[in-house]
Amino acid sequence: MRIALMATCLADALVPSVARATVTVLERLGHEVVFPDGQTCCGQMHVNTGFEREAVALVEHHVEVFGTALETCDAVVAPSGSCVGSVRHQHGSLADGAGKPHLAHRARAVAERTYEFSELLVDVLGVTDVGAYYPHRVTYHPTCHSMRMLRVGDRPIRLLREVEGLDLVELPDADQCCGFGGTFALKNAATSAAMLADKVRHIGETGAERCTAGDASCLLHIDGGLRRSGPDGDGGGARTIHLAEILAATRATVTS
Amino acid sequence: MRVALGMPGRPAPPPAPRGTGHLHAAESFPDAASRELQDAQLRTNLAHATSTIRAKRAAVVAEVPDWEELRDAASAIKTDAMARLPELLIQLEEQVTARGGVVHWARDAAEANRIVTELVRATGSREVVKVKSMATQEIGLNEALEAAGIEATETDLAELIVQLAGDTPSHILVPAIHRSRSQIREIFLEHMAGVDPGLTDEPRLLAMAARSYLRERFLRAEVAISGANFAVAETGTLGVVESEGNGRMCLTLPRTLITVMGIEKVLPNAQDLEVFLQLLPRSSTGERMNPYTSMWTGVSAGDGPQEVHLVLLDNGRTAALADEVGRAALHCIRCSACLNVCPVYERAGGHAYGSVYPGPIGAILTPLLTGTTDHGDPNASLPFASTLCGACYDVCPVKIDIPSILVHLRARQVDAERGGVPGAVEAGMRALGTVMGSPRLFGAAERALGLGRFVARDGAIRRLPWPGSLWTDSRDLPAPPAEPFRAWWARERGESS
Repeated sequence: MRIALMATCLADALVPSVARATVTVLERLGHEVVFPDGQTCCGQMHVNTGFEREAVALVEHHVEVFGTALETCDAVVAPSGSCVGSVRHQHGSLADGAGKPHLAHRARAVAERTYEFSELLVDVLGVTDVGAYYPHRVTYHPTCHSMRMLRVGDRPIRLLREVEGLDLVELPDADQCCGFGGTFALKNAATSAAMLADKVRHIGETGAERCTAGDASCLLHIDGGLRRSGPDGDGGGARTIHLAEILAATRATVTS
Repeated sequence: MRVALGMPGRPAPPPAPRGTGHLHAAESFPDAASRELQDAQLRTNLAHATSTIRAKRAAVVAEVPDWEELRDAASAIKTDAMARLPELLIQLEEQVTARGGVVHWARDAAEANRIVTELVRATGSREVVKVKSMATQEIGLNEALEAAGIEATETDLAELIVQLAGDTPSHILVPAIHRSRSQIREIFLEHMAGVDPGLTDEPRLLAMAARSYLRERFLRAEVAISGANFAVAETGTLGVVESEGNGRMCLTLPRTLITVMGIEKVLPNAQDLEVFLQLLPRSSTGERMNPYTSMWTGVSAGDGPQEVHLVLLDNGRTAALADEVGRAALHCIRCSACLNVCPVYERAGGHAYGSVYPGPIGAILTPLLTGTTDHGDPNASLPFASTLCGACYDVCPVKIDIPSILVHLRARQVDAERGGVPGAVEAGMRALGTVMGSPRLFGAAERALGLGRFVARDGAIRRLPWPGSLWTDSRDLPAPPAEPFRAWWARERGESS
């Protein structure tokens, strides 16, 4: 397959290893990955903070870039449940609300062929064993938008179970939000921090070395809490790693 | 479905006015939450109570095979009722009147309080017993009655605890969720007339103390005041769903019964109750069936109250109905399932919302009822009091898409504030909108971000000046990468498509 990578603005700018890992896994599976370089941001942060007017312009741009990419690609993939959630559940209705039915139509066409990483692997490419090796104790946090907007269900878990050497442990109260919520983390910093403290403590209780998820944004938040808690704190010294990075790891990369 | 409301050129329906009742928060959510979060006892109580009720709800919902169909039915019935509200309310008035009841219309809290106060005065009684009711909490009826020299006693146990303590409810269903039993014992010892001074904090003894205190008042009261969980337009029947039997006492013993009900509680047909009576108890208390469901239709000669009044309350509901996206908030049946699953509510507690309607539903319903003005309006902060995690939508028995309405109200607020002086987040969002609209600017911003590496130590930034401190006060920020993804791609692949 020829797959267009939607790197997401956050991974592109702050956590490029996540986007690189997505490329690594897909290429290892024999697929061609292209990076439409006009891409910027899906607009989710603007929609969710109330800046719909600004978001419509970003949606227009996104639809232009990926609509064009899909003329020569089979699918769009993003290593983020919340960005795909925005593409699938917000772009069309936002365009409708702005009185742009043509944009809404095109946005829905792009959304139909846009997949979150675990969806693409399991549903479209039909694989759960991607040949990864990651000899660590790992716990999985199902991010809210992956879980409730996209309903990715156990797809990430099925992928993790096939990773050689990986010891998967269950996260207590896994379905509780980590407290990120985009600008919520700033506008309601105290409540956000209280939610994060509980998430960090639960991760610490598992004894895991790594907490993984399908969203770099939530992981950035959780990792910020784990780092602050320190090696002897509630988080038990755990750190975060994106699902794509685990799936990209092999014996060669782990031992090198 | 689109429903046109009002006449072109006519003024929009008024929101709930300030000054009377408990819909207008005194301080913003972030300020109130920051304070409430300091209360360790509150957080322990809330975590324990909400996790217990979450598990109970999940278990009894899982055993209903057609739960999703019931939710769809409830949503459809409510959507239909809201679209035909004027006609259904008039039908309800006709039916109640035909069966010996009297219907009153109140446009806001002050008018409703005045109507009820005059009705009580007309009976000559100076004392009333009350069934737990959100509508009367909303309008501040107890305070209005007190000002008129009428003593109102809450008869729901938790409401009684709140009332005796001079406190305000913090949960729709469990108003005293923020109190522990040792605190309840102290409240009873201090404020409950005639209580046994040897009272312990054993739950059974606390309940018995409240029982004997209330029993006297049930037998003495000439007037009862209730809310209503629903009203059936077709028959004029009103209904109250409860657990303790105090409602049944109030609805049957006194001679006069006054019910205050929000206009959105009307249902077209009696058969609609089969849907809501299945959804409500399982969502609310996590029970298959609630212990007491009382229904009354006008006056029954020689049996029960001989004077029956219904006060229909608007107080901003028509204004909420005029909001095409927000109007679904009026479908709420006050089960409180959304509070119990909300991670924000669980940490901050109900008082942080500053309204009788806390939690996710309160974060949309309150600002819809009151309308909001600018930055200075505390209620304008409510739609932002959510991470949009979506847990509320999943459990809502009438399928209110709370996250989407939160986002809609955020946009309404942002648009209302355009042109003014933007806050830090607002200014940032506008700048980001420009940067992200252009691949060139975005690439330049990524390179500029790389400068952040100079303030990082061991790959993390631990302290930033405001507004960055809003993040770094409690979490580290990773150092920006040496090379953003698009730069890596260009270097590695040398071409792009």
